Amino acid sequence: MIEIDNITKVYDGRPAVDSVSMTIESATITAIVGTSGSGKSTLLRMVNRLVEPTSGQVRINGEPTAGLPKNALRRRIGYAIQGHGLFPHHTVARNIGAVPRLLGWDNDKIHTRVNELLDLFSMPPDEFRDRYPAELSGGQQQRVGVARALASRPDLLLMDEPFGALDPIIRTRAQTDLHRIQRTLGSTILLVTHDMEEAIQLGDQVAVMDQGQLVQHGTPAEIITNPATEFVAEMVGGVDRPLRLLSLLSVSQILEEGAAEGEPIDEKSSLREALSVCLWSGRNAVPVERNGNPIGRVTLEAIRSRAEGTHEPG
Amino acid sequence: MPGRIKSVVSGPGLLFVSLSLVALYAPFMTLAANRIVAGEGIPVWDVAGPEAVIPGFAGLLAGLVLGLPAAWQVLRLTGAMIGIAALIWLLMEGSTSLLEGAGTYARVSLGSGFWCLLAILLLLAADALSSLSPGPKMRGALLAVAIVVSALVLWSGALTDLSIFREYASRQDAFFNAAWRHLGLAFGSLVVAAAIGFPLGVYCHRNEGLRSAVLPVLSFLQTIPSLAMFGIMIPLLAWVSSTIPGAKELGVVGIGFLPAFLALVIYSLLPVVANTVAGLEATPIVTLDAARGMGMTRHQRLIQIQLPLGLPVMLAGLRIVLVQNIGLAVIAGLIGGGGFGTFVFQGLNQTATDLILLGALPTVILALISAITMDILVELARPNQMRHR
Ligand SMILES: Nc1ncnc2c1ncn2[C@@H]1O[C@H](COP(=O)(O)OP(=O)(O)OP(=O)(O)O)[C@@H](O)[C@H]1O
Ligand SMILES: [Mg+2]
Repeated sequence: MIEIDNITKVYDGRPAVDSVSMTIESATITAIVGTSGSGKSTLLRMVNRLVEPTSGQVRINGEPTAGLPKNALRRRIGYAIQGHGLFPHHTVARNIGAVPRLLGWDNDKIHTRVNELLDLFSMPPDEFRDRYPAELSGGQQQRVGVARALASRPDLLLMDEPFGALDPIIRTRAQTDLHRIQRTLGSTILLVTHDMEEAIQLGDQVAVMDQGQLVQHGTPAEIITNPATEFVAEMVGGVDRPLRLLSLLSVSQILEEGAAEGEPIDEKSSLREALSVCLWSGRNAVPVERNGNPIGRVTLEAIRSRAEGTHEPG
Repeated sequence: MPGRIKSVVSGPGLLFVSLSLVALYAPFMTLAANRIVAGEGIPVWDVAGPEAVIPGFAGLLAGLVLGLPAAWQVLRLTGAMIGIAALIWLLMEGSTSLLEGAGTYARVSLGSGFWCLLAILLLLAADALSSLSPGPKMRGALLAVAIVVSALVLWSGALTDLSIFREYASRQDAFFNAAWRHLGLAFGSLVVAAAIGFPLGVYCHRNEGLRSAVLPVLSFLQTIPSLAMFGIMIPLLAWVSSTIPGAKELGVVGIGFLPAFLALVIYSLLPVVANTVAGLEATPIVTLDAARGMGMTRHQRLIQIQLPLGLPVMLAGLRIVLVQNIGLAVIAGLIGGGGFGTFVFQGLNQTATDLILLGALPTVILALISAITMDILVELARPNQMRHR
C-alpha cells in the first residue's frame, strides 16, 4: 500500500503539486490523468524521490520513504520514464538488464530475464537483443523502456506515459499485456497518462489532476457517472460519457433469460460492443454465449437503461 | 542526379595541375657558397642533367595527371605518391649534381618551387583521402606506412647532401637531446594537465559555483601571450628557489626545463577542464534521469553513462592541448628549456635558415602526427550507438 500524505512541491513560488493525498492499494493500477503541466510527472517522481517534496510524506507499506536510502529505494521501484531515456551506448539487452545488474544478479539469470521480457513485448530476442536504441522505432524504444522498468520484477511500478508513442493497435495490445502482467504478478502500478480513454481502460482507480491539485480519485465508473468538477466532466468527454460507461460493463452483468435471433456474442464482451452489434445488425436483442454455449440474451432496452443515470455535476 | 551532368574531371585536380605549372617556374633548389649567405635559385630543369631531370619531370606530370579523374580516388592517391617520389628523385639527383665542383662549403637547399609542389601533392593526397574517408583503423595504418617510408628515405642517406641534413649531421647528439626534451615538455605537460584537469573538470561539472570561479581564471591564463608567460615564470621560480628552503636542491630554478614545463601545464588546463565539463554535459537529460530513477549512484552514473558518452569530447580537449603544446614548446628554447626551439633561436641569431628549419620542420611534423593520431583516438573512443556506422 502506498500512502501519499498531503504532499506539495513548490517550484519558484508556484505549486506544481498542491497538497495531494491519496492511498493506492497493493496489486492495483492507479491511472493519473490530467492536462499537460498539471503536475502528474512531478507527483510520480516524488514517490521514488527523484523530486524531493516541499512538504508532505510518501509511505510505502507504512514506511516513510524519506527515511530510506534513495538509491536502494529506487532499485526497488520500477520506473519507466517519459520519453524512454534508454542508454544510447548500450544494447537493448544491456538496457533491459540495467537494474538486475545493479542488484547483482548473475549473467545467466539476466540473460534469461531479458529474453523473457523481449518475448513478452513481441520483440524476438535474436533480432533485438544486440541492437542499439537508435536502431529501434519510437514504439520499440518505448517498449524496451517499459521492459527495463519491469526487469527486476519490482512490486511497485511507476510509469510516465509509457504508451505515448505507440500506434492504436500496438497500444491496445501493450495495454492488455500490461494488465495481464499486473494481474499475474500482483504488482502495484502508478501510471501517468493524459488520455482519459487509457486511464479508464487500465485503471482500477483513476486520479484526475488539474493545476497541481487532485480533483477526483475513484473508480472509472465513479469518475464517469459522477464527475466532481466541470474539468473532470470535460476530461471524461460530454457526449461520449454513456459509451465510456458502457465500455466498463460486461454483458454478463445484464444477462436475461430467453433467446434472440442472429450471431451470438461472448458474455465477456462489453456493453459497448453489444450496443454496437445491436445497432449494426438492426436487432433489439442479441444472444449471449459462454464458451460457445448459449446462456441467454441481452436487450437494447437493458443496455439503454444502463447508459442512463449519468448526471451533470451540480 | 537528374538534370546534372556528372563531372568526369575533378575540380581540385585541375586546380592542382594549373598551380603546379606556375610553381615549376619558381626556384626548385638554391645553391649558396656557404651556410650563411643567401643562395641563388635554380629552376627545376637546371638542377641536373637531362638524363635525371626528364624522368623526374615525367613522374611529376604523371602524378598530377593521375590526380585528374574525379571517380578514382585510389588512382589519385597513387598519383600523389608518384609525384612525391619524383620530387625526392629530383632532390637526390639535383643535390649531387649541383654540389659537384662547387667548393667544400657550398650548400644546396630546398627552394620555394619545391615547397609549393610538395604542398600541392600533399593537398592532392589529402583530397583523395578525404573522399575515400577511410575508417580510423585504416587511417592509423596509412599514417604508420607514411612514417615508415619517410624514415626509410631519410635513413637511406639519399638526401644527406641537402643543407638541412648537413646541419643535422653536425649536431646529431644535440638533435636527439632536443627531440627528447621536446617530447618530454609536450607530453609531460599533457599528462600533468590531464591529471589535474580531469578531476577538476568533474568537480566543476558537479558544482556550479566552482565552475563559475575556475573557468574564467583558466580562460584568463590562456590569454596571456606565450612569451610573457615564459617570462613571468623566470622571476617567479627564481624567487621560489631562493626563499623556500630545499627548493633549489630539488632543482627548482628560474630558467630551464621546469619553468617551461609549468607554463605549458598552465596553458593546458583550460582545454582539459572545459572539455571535461562539456563532455560530462553531453549526456541527454532524460538518459541521466533514467539512470537516477533506476538507482544508480553518482559514481555509477559517471563511470557507466557520462564518461563513455563524453569521452570523445574530452579526448578532443587533449588533442587541442597536445598540438598546442608541441608548438608552444618551441618557445621554451628561449628560456633554456631545451627542445627544438633551441635550434630555431640559434638559427635566428646566426641567420642560418637551415638551422631554423632543423628546429621548425620536426616540430611541424610532430604536431601533424599527433593531430592525426588523436583524431583517430577520438573516433575510436566514440561509443557504439549503431552496429553499422
Ligand atoms: N524542475 C522544475 N523546475 C521548475 N518548474 C518545474 C520543474 N519541473 C516541473 N516544473 C513545473 O511544474 C509543473 C508540472 O510539471 P509536470 O512535469 O509535473 O507536468 P505533467 O503533468 O507531467 O505534464 P506533461 O503531461 O506535459 O508531462 C509545470 O508547470 C512545470 O513547468
Ligand atoms: Mg509529464
